[in-house]
Amino acid sequence: MEANTRSTGRLPAAFLTPGSSSFIDFLGEHSPDLLPRNRSLPPLQGAVEIPHGTTIVAATFPGGVILAGDRRATMGNIIAQRDIEKVFPADEYSAVGIAGTAGLAVEMVRLFQLELEHYEKIEGAVLSLEGKANRLSTMIRGNLGMALQGLAVVPLFAGYDVDREKGRIFSYDVTGGRSEEHGFASTGSGSVFARGSMKKLYRKDLTEDQAITLVVQALYDAADDDSATGGPDLARRIYPIVTVITDEGFRRLTEDESSDVVRAIHERRLEQPDGPRAELL
Amino acid sequence: MSTPFYVSPQQAMADRAEYARKGIARGRSVVVLQYTDGIVFVAENPSRALHKVSEIYDRIAFAAVGKYNEFENLRIGGVRYADLRGYTYDREDVTARGLANVYAQTLGTIFSSVGEKPYEVELIVAEVGAAAEDDQIYRLPHDGSIVDEHGAVAVGGNSDSIGAYLDQRHRDGMTLAEALKLAAESLGRDSNGGERTLTAEQLEVAVLDRTRPQQRKFKRILGRQLARLLEADSAATTKTDDPSDEEEE
Repeated sequence: MEANTRSTGRLPAAFLTPGSSSFIDFLGEHSPDLLPRNRSLPPLQGAVEIPHGTTIVAATFPGGVILAGDRRATMGNIIAQRDIEKVFPADEYSAVGIAGTAGLAVEMVRLFQLELEHYEKIEGAVLSLEGKANRLSTMIRGNLGMALQGLAVVPLFAGYDVDREKGRIFSYDVTGGRSEEHGFASTGSGSVFARGSMKKLYRKDLTEDQAITLVVQALYDAADDDSATGGPDLARRIYPIVTVITDEGFRRLTEDESSDVVRAIHERRLEQPDGPRAELL
Repeated sequence: MSTPFYVSPQQAMADRAEYARKGIARGRSVVVLQYTDGIVFVAENPSRALHKVSEIYDRIAFAAVGKYNEFENLRIGGVRYADLRGYTYDREDVTARGLANVYAQTLGTIFSSVGEKPYEVELIVAEVGAAAEDDQIYRLPHDGSIVDEHGAVAVGGNSDSIGAYLDQRHRDGMTLAEALKLAAESLGRDSNGGERTLTAEQLEVAVLDRTRPQQRKFKRILGRQLARLLEADSAATTKTDDPSDEEEE
């Protein structure tokens, strides 16, 4: 699509009409064909093999929140991609991790990032963290038709709330239902194992480094029991993507930093394959 | 039926141009200067809510003088154009040149269409490059022409004398503090020859800083940091990301 749709080459009237600060609303009025929700899908015959992203985990600690994801995309029983990236910054103080149909999810994240940036530029102010979470909810709801045909996208949204001065996590279901999670959360095929792992290891007073170790342990446990979740690949140097959001903003761990965490955990697991043990009583 | 008076096309366009120019000349000026790390935008604007300088895209910013509702409309149109283009293709494909062209076409069509009143605005669209030679500054007068500018440029009420003052004193490789002080001095010159000293509260300042690690290079300079830069001698640091200087928002 090009702005010069008129012979004069001037900005079309829709561009100069005062209105919503939402980029999605603007797209809906000006070029609705670009919106994912306006796509219709022919009825499917049986299962389609499409790359799916798997496990995303998040945990809060005093002063911020960690969002991390494994690196595997699967297509049926095939590993479609070993080094896919499923955790993205949404803006300076929030991040989104995606599980589900990879192609649609990446498109949703791109549109979500743009939605937040567009609002910020037009309004000259940043949306509240709740506002961002609700915006994402609407986008997931827009994908409901596809989700019911097996092309679901289920993200996890984490951010630092600058007003309340703490990290917060929001989880979603395919209908766009949004719920705030306290402490830790996970989504994707390995999420049940990751949740079990974090349930036993999580404490409220974790430091940032401990919280990073916690989420990587959880991903390790998920990969241990779920074939669709990729464990750390030491030989290929493919490590989980770990992001930290604090009052200083979004930061993604460098490859060296995640390598250190993963190697420390791996070292211990050579002795104790099931990982750290919690107290019985 | 009454016969309309004949007005020659030349006269009609001259009238429209004069109308637009008078509207623009009523407002305060905006100056845009290249400095060593990027491009600085300085406007005399006591309002904190109505901006004359704004971000359009990663490396592109917008400055305007004239009628607020008209240039605000153009700004929003520009943001929509840039975001849509970046979404359709790639962030790399949004350029100041493309945006300036669309603005020129828009202003030009409005200026020469009999049914519409000409916009009383003058715009600047600037893009910061990887090095000072790659910086682009375009000035867009009310009639839809584009002027490619280098170094320093002024638009608005007293732009002729401010521009001449800047041309004499601006040089390549100025620090941010130097460029900012020159901008403030130039904006303080009135058309009747008087001089005022502008304080940090009267100025709206923003930079496109190529050294910013973030993808979005636009940053407003506010409060204490602005006051410090205006007072600083020329040797002062030009860093815009120093968190210790930032005002609590």
